[in-house]
Amino acid sequence: MTILVIAEHDNAVLKPATRNAIAAAARIGGDIDVLVAGAACAAVAEAAARIAGVTRVRLADAAQYADHGAENLAALVVANAAAYSHILAPATAAGKNFLPRVAALLDVAQISDIVEVVSPDTFVRPIYAGNALATVQSADAVKVITVRGTAFEPAGEGAAAPIEALAGAADAGISRLVGRELTVSARPELTAARVIVSGGRALGSNENFHAVLEPLADKLGAAVGASRAAVDAGYAPNDYQVGQTGKIVAPELYIAVGISGAIQHLAGMKESKVIVAINKDPEAPIFQVADYGLVADLFDAVPALLAAID
Amino acid sequence: MKILVPVKRVIDYNVKVRVKSDGSGVDLANVKMSMNPFDEVAIEEAVRLKEAGIASEVVAVSAGVAACQETLRTAMALGADRSILIVTDEELQPLAVAKLLKAVCDKEAPQMVIPGKQAIDDDANQTGQMLAALLGWPQATFASKVVVNADKTGAAVTREIDGGLETIEISLPAVVTTDLRLNEPRYATLPNIMKAKKKPLETTTPEALGVDVKPRLKTLKVAEPAKRAGGVKVADVAALVDKLKNEAKVI
Ligand SMILES: Cc1cc2nc3c(=O)[nH]c(=O)nc-3n(C[C@H](O)[C@H](O)[C@H](O)COP(=O)(O)OP(=O)(O)OC[C@H]3O[C@@H](n4cnc5c(N)ncnc54)[C@H](O)[C@@H]3O)c2cc1C
Ligand SMILES: Nc1ncnc2c1ncn2[C@@H]1O[C@H](COP(=O)(O)O)[C@@H](O)[C@H]1O
Repeated sequence: MTILVIAEHDNAVLKPATRNAIAAAARIGGDIDVLVAGAACAAVAEAAARIAGVTRVRLADAAQYADHGAENLAALVVANAAAYSHILAPATAAGKNFLPRVAALLDVAQISDIVEVVSPDTFVRPIYAGNALATVQSADAVKVITVRGTAFEPAGEGAAAPIEALAGAADAGISRLVGRELTVSARPELTAARVIVSGGRALGSNENFHAVLEPLADKLGAAVGASRAAVDAGYAPNDYQVGQTGKIVAPELYIAVGISGAIQHLAGMKESKVIVAINKDPEAPIFQVADYGLVADLFDAVPALLAAID
Repeated sequence: MKILVPVKRVIDYNVKVRVKSDGSGVDLANVKMSMNPFDEVAIEEAVRLKEAGIASEVVAVSAGVAACQETLRTAMALGADRSILIVTDEELQPLAVAKLLKAVCDKEAPQMVIPGKQAIDDDANQTGQMLAALLGWPQATFASKVVVNADKTGAAVTREIDGGLETIEISLPAVVTTDLRLNEPRYATLPNIMKAKKKPLETTTPEALGVDVKPRLKTLKVAEPAKRAGGVKVADVAALVDKLKNEAKVI
C-alpha cells in the first residue's frame, strides 16, 4: 500500500499543513510518496524529503504548475494515480480546490476534512458545522481524502528521502492566473498560531478592529482572526474568517472579542485548548464554550488586558 | 448565455442539529429546511448577470426528494426563469450529484454553472469541482467577484484563498462556485413568489438521465462530538490574567 500526499507550497516554502496530511497518511500506514508540483520549487522538494515518514518525493517542476491551477494539477495527479491506494491533500483552500477534481476524474468519492483514521478504509469527518461526526467507509479502489490539519499533529523531521523527477502532463490552457493580493503580515499564520485574538462585529469599524486587537496580538505574539460578520463588514480580510466556511483553528489560546458565538463560528474554533470570551452580553452563546468568560465592554477590557499582561 | 444554478435543499442554518440516539444520522423530522445559503448567493449572481444583459436565461436545478421543488420555487421567486427537479429518494453524494448535473449540462449546454462552494449539511465542498472535471471545463471556486468578458468567451474571477485573494481568467463554459462575499442575496417579494408558481418546473429522474447514483461512502455511524466542559466567568481583567497565567498557563 502506497499513499500519495500532495504538498502545498508557494514554490519557495513548504506549507505546514502538508505535515499534518503526512501525519494522517502515517496513521493509515504504508509507504508515503509526496508530490511536489510547481515551478522552480526544488527547495520545497528538499524540505518535503526531510519530513519523517516520507518514503520518496516526486517532483514535477514545470511552468504549467507554477500557479497550482486545479486543472493542470488534477491532471498530473490522475496521470500518476495508478500506483496509489490513497491520495491525500490538506483541507485548505488549495486542497479543497483541486482534490475533488482528482476524485471525479478517477470516478471515486472524496472524503472531505477527515479528523480521524479508523482503518485504511474508514474515517471520521465532521458534518453540519461540526455538530455531528460521521464515520464513513469507502469501497472505492482509491481513497481520495482531504485532511483537517488541527486533528493531526504535524510530522516532524526525519532522514532525507530520495527525490525523483516526474514528467509533467500537457498544459490544459483553460485557466490563467492574473494576479494575487496576499495579506502581508509579520504575524504567524492563523492555522499554525499558538495564540489567536479574534474580533467580531462589535469592533464596529476597520480602524477599531486594528487599533483594538493588534496591540494585544503583538504582545501575545498572536495571529488575528475574525468572525464572518467582521469580514463581511470589511473590518478584516477574507482569509481571517474562522468558522464552518472559513478557517479551522485549534490554538493553545483563542481570545474571542465581541463575537456572539454562532454555531458557524464555533465550528472553526471550539477545538482550541483554552478559550477566552470578552462580550458585554452575559447570555452570548460564546460563553458556553469559553473556559474563561469576561462580561465587559471590549473597548475597556482589551486595553486593560493589554496593560495587565507584562 | 445560459446559466445553470444547482440549488440544494438543506436544514436551515439557524436550526440546532440533533444527532439521532441510534447513531444513524441527524434528526430531520419536522425541522425547517431552506435553500443552501451559498446557493442563494449563486442564484443572486446569475440573476444579476441576467439583469446586466449578460445572461439570457437562468435555470435552477435541484436533485433529491420531491420536496426540493419548494427550493426550486424559491429560486424562481428570486429570479430564475425555470427549473429542473431530478427526483429520487436515494441518498445523494457529491459525485452522484455532479454526474446528474453533467447529464443536465449535456442537454442544456449552459455557458456557466454556478454552484455554492459548500453545502452546509454535508460540508463536502466537492460538487462544483467534480462537475467541472466531468465536463472537462475550467473551474473558479470560492468566487468573490465574477466579470464576464465582453465577447462572453471567458471570465475573470476573483477567488478567496488562504492568504488573501487571487484573480484567474478562465475560458467559458466554466463552473464558478460562490463564496459569501460574492454578493448579498435579495429577499423574495410576495409578487415574485406568486409569479414563481407559474414558472416552468420540469421533473426528471436519475434513471431517465442514465446516471447511477448509488452512494460510494457508507455511513457507519453518526455521533455527537464531545462537549466542552463549561468554563467560568471571571470578575474582571485582573482575574482573567491570573487564570491565564496560573491556571491555564498559556501566557
Ligand atoms: C452559510 C453561512 C456560513 C457562515 N460561516 C461562518 C463562518 O465561517 N464564520 C463565522 O464567524 N460566521 C459564519 N457565519 C455567520 C454566523 O452565523 C454569524 O452571523 C456570525 O458569526 C456573527 O458574527 P459576530 O459574532 O461577529 O456578530 P454578532 O452575532 O452580531 O455578535 C456581536 C457580539 O458582540 C457583542 N458586543 C457588542 N458590542 C460589544 C462591546 N462594546 N463589547 C463587548 N461585546 C460587544 C454582542 O453582545 C454580540 O454578542 C455563517 C453564516 C452562514 C449563513
Ligand atoms: N442535491 C443537490 N441538488 C442540487 N445541487 C446540489 C446538490 N448537492 C450539492 N449541490 C450543489 O453543490 C454545491 C456544493 O455542495 P457540496 O459539494 O455537497 O458541499 C451546493 O452549494 C449546490 O450548489
